[in-house]
Amino acid sequence: MDNTKKLLEIKDLTIHYVTVDGTVRAVENLDLSINAGETLGLVGETGAGKTTSVKAVMKILPVPPAKVISGQILFKGEDILKKSKKEMRKIRGAKISMIFQDPMTSLNPVMTVSEQIEEAIGLHNPKKSRREIKKLSDEMLETVGIKAERSMDYPHQFSGGMKQRVVIAMALACNPELIIADEPTTALDVTIQAQVLDLMKKLKDKFNTSMIMITHDLGVVAEICDYVAIMYSGEVVEHGTREHIFHNALHPYTKGLFACIPNLYEDEKRLKPIKGLTPDPVNLPKGCKFHPRCPYAMEICSKESPKTAMMDEGHMVKCHLYKEGMADGK
Amino acid sequence: MATQSENIEIIEVKHRTQLQEIWRRYKKNTRAVIGLIMLLILIFSALFASVLTPYDPLETNYSLRLEPPNAEHPFGTDELGRDILTRILYGTRISLTVGLIAVSISSITGCTLGSIAGYYGGRIDNIIMRFIDVIMAIPGILLNISIVAALGTGLQNVMIAIGISSIPGYCRIMRASILSLRGQEFIEASKAAGAKDFHIITTHIWPNAMAPILIQATLRIGGAILACASMSFIGLGIVPPTPEWGAMLSTGRDFLRDAPHLTAFPGMAIMFSVLAMNLMGDGLRDALDPKLKD
Amino acid sequence: MENNMIEIQNLKKYFQTKKGSLRAVDDVSFGIKRGETLGLVGESGCGKSTIGRLLIRLIEATDGHIFFEGEDLRKMNDAAMRKMRRKMQIVFQDPYASLDARKSIFQSIGEPLRVQKIFTNKSDYEKRVYELMEIVGLARRLSNTYPHELDGGRRQRVGIARALALNPSFIVLDEPVSALDVSIQAQVLNLIQDLQQDFRLTYLFISHDLGVVKHISDNIAVMYLGKLVEKADYTSIFRDPLHPYTQALLSAVPVPSIDVEKKRIIIEGDVPSPINPKPGCRFAGRCIYSQDICIQEEPELVEYSPDRFVACHFAGKVGR
Repeated sequence: MDNTKKLLEIKDLTIHYVTVDGTVRAVENLDLSINAGETLGLVGETGAGKTTSVKAVMKILPVPPAKVISGQILFKGEDILKKSKKEMRKIRGAKISMIFQDPMTSLNPVMTVSEQIEEAIGLHNPKKSRREIKKLSDEMLETVGIKAERSMDYPHQFSGGMKQRVVIAMALACNPELIIADEPTTALDVTIQAQVLDLMKKLKDKFNTSMIMITHDLGVVAEICDYVAIMYSGEVVEHGTREHIFHNALHPYTKGLFACIPNLYEDEKRLKPIKGLTPDPVNLPKGCKFHPRCPYAMEICSKESPKTAMMDEGHMVKCHLYKEGMADGK
Repeated sequence: MATQSENIEIIEVKHRTQLQEIWRRYKKNTRAVIGLIMLLILIFSALFASVLTPYDPLETNYSLRLEPPNAEHPFGTDELGRDILTRILYGTRISLTVGLIAVSISSITGCTLGSIAGYYGGRIDNIIMRFIDVIMAIPGILLNISIVAALGTGLQNVMIAIGISSIPGYCRIMRASILSLRGQEFIEASKAAGAKDFHIITTHIWPNAMAPILIQATLRIGGAILACASMSFIGLGIVPPTPEWGAMLSTGRDFLRDAPHLTAFPGMAIMFSVLAMNLMGDGLRDALDPKLKD
Repeated sequence: MENNMIEIQNLKKYFQTKKGSLRAVDDVSFGIKRGETLGLVGESGCGKSTIGRLLIRLIEATDGHIFFEGEDLRKMNDAAMRKMRRKMQIVFQDPYASLDARKSIFQSIGEPLRVQKIFTNKSDYEKRVYELMEIVGLARRLSNTYPHELDGGRRQRVGIARALALNPSFIVLDEPVSALDVSIQAQVLNLIQDLQQDFRLTYLFISHDLGVVKHISDNIAVMYLGKLVEKADYTSIFRDPLHPYTQALLSAVPVPSIDVEKKRIIIEGDVPSPINPKPGCRFAGRCIYSQDICIQEEPELVEYSPDRFVACHFAGKVGR
């Protein structure tokens, strides 16, 4: 594969949280990459390490307790982990920006929405005049579907969905190359979620921005993502195109996830849950971390950690059931 | 039976009652245990003062005025030749009583008023809180003096006066805690189970609102002892020959230069009891919070 | 009416605010048959949780009737109501908030038994608590643990055990799985279904998640801004929604499949404020089929076909 094309490439990233109660292995040997203009869905349950991984990309992990043990995060070929604070400030917001889950808390309640967007623009464009910045800010608001006359309103005057639009406007203000969206629609109602997803899809195409979309909702992934990475206990267990994951899921965890979701269009008497609980990150099982819950667990699973196997062009899976070169999924 | 996702072990597990659970956690805290031992020492010396010392706390002896600490009088003697150690031991009775009773009066009244105000809100809240504002508006010492003036001097009335003047603190803390707890779902859950208001307040709200109250109470015990001393000083509290730490401290001030032991030892006694209460209060607060377990 | 274990008629709950009267629940009527599950769906602020709380009188209604096994709950005094609570229970959305952090699991599950003074004998009481733990699949060793030491799924099992303690016949489930991860959510949903069969429970299942509601309910009621807009059995409502809001809601749900071709109806704008709502249909401002009559006249909830109720002037004529 051509490495120069990659916008972001995470290689062998391991992050631990060192606490008095023990070491939390939040992210382990994570490999992930995203090309320009693509949208990657990062799917997993609570504690899978999704947020920790993207916070490492932004370099906003709380250090300590967080500690990057090993790995590289290459953004356009340069290692983010080696950047100084000053260099990082130039990247954050301008080249990579982030949208958080809760629009209620990610806006400052005592500043007007326009001031907040202007601030985001001003930080990275010190040469622009106030007037230019204000004009840009108004344009941004219009782009996300908020009339410019509302620009002097305060966040509490907006509904949840509108606030999330403002947050999106802020994230897009400097035309970044990569947007990281951490569960951007989880806090919203379905009809509002549909509006926001629709908007994000349109903007992504308009600005040709790459996006990492963190979510636990496979429905959202189906709507908006080109590629999907499934995370479990700090690892990517399966990674492929949307079609790979939705038509030909290989990893037992991925299959389990699909089986747990109540289907809107078919009648099922009972759900088939994944048995057991997500493991305690302080005390992870040996071998494959999913094996205690896996219906196909073999002897080797409790001993050896599986290696990543490339099953198809771009379809990777970490499971002992699959070996490289096997006929896909059979 | 329903399908279970978890294997039910047959191991016999005994559940612990809440008191057992709190004691189990309290024991683990060394400092809290030290505090408890200090309090036990105080109670012991209050109860057995007459056995622990050969002297009489009230008997004066002018030939032994202002003796520095020596073998016969380990803490020395005061301006009337009385043994200071004896007076401190006897004084424990009064000071501990004053501290505990005054704080009990204020904390129980304050918490009850605060609970009612916070839980029911509306008009009753308004009435209680305006009453509290009135108490707060009057300087503490002035309020104490006027209450004692109305009720008459004497230890009992001093305790009541000190108790009343520190009600507002507890009331406000309690009300604030309850306002934040009242809307929480576990209160609703208890209501849904059919619990009465009294049950909800005593078993759910109080334990959850206890931490700041305990801190306030343990800090106020020392304050109450000192307030009692200042009342004694202006002649409204304990009548002179009675041994009381605060009173000893204030008379000793006149001899600070020549005989510092007159103030040093009663001062240390007050410090000792305040420290004991603070250590216990901290320990109790932690023991009541299961999140800090282990 | 006789068939319904619980029935509400013209139930209203208005909150007085500085800006005016907030109509959280405005003239809602429905019934639930014994052993059946009614799913109540709607977006945040539509009044679905308020209905759940009104039904078991955790909050008092402004007007209307709540019949439980034929008796009007709103006419009961406090003592009678406390006794009635044995038959009706609630499971809350956030098991962490609905459990007292200072009470062990054992104490929390036992609380309803204690406040209702069910057992005079201590060992019977203990036996019952352990039995409840077993029913919901909690290991005995967890009896001394505290809510913060458990994961979300187990915490919700504690909430369910508490609700079952008094052997109720009716349980309000207020978003019981919304705070849980999908794999755990499926476990808890299965438990809820099993319990219904084992103990012949009647459920009011409140949720914003249409997939979950469809999976668990026999009938589904859709709410919008304090009003019931549609009610039908679960297949009809999903196959052939009549109300434009139900249609939009269904089309907005992201489906975890890339093969389903569906018509996307994106409704514009936000849910308007329930304070002093305008006359006419509450949904008129966002409805793509809105006509003059919708703004002038409020549609009644009428029986469109047997057991299918809808409140729309153009029911059956639009969006099918």
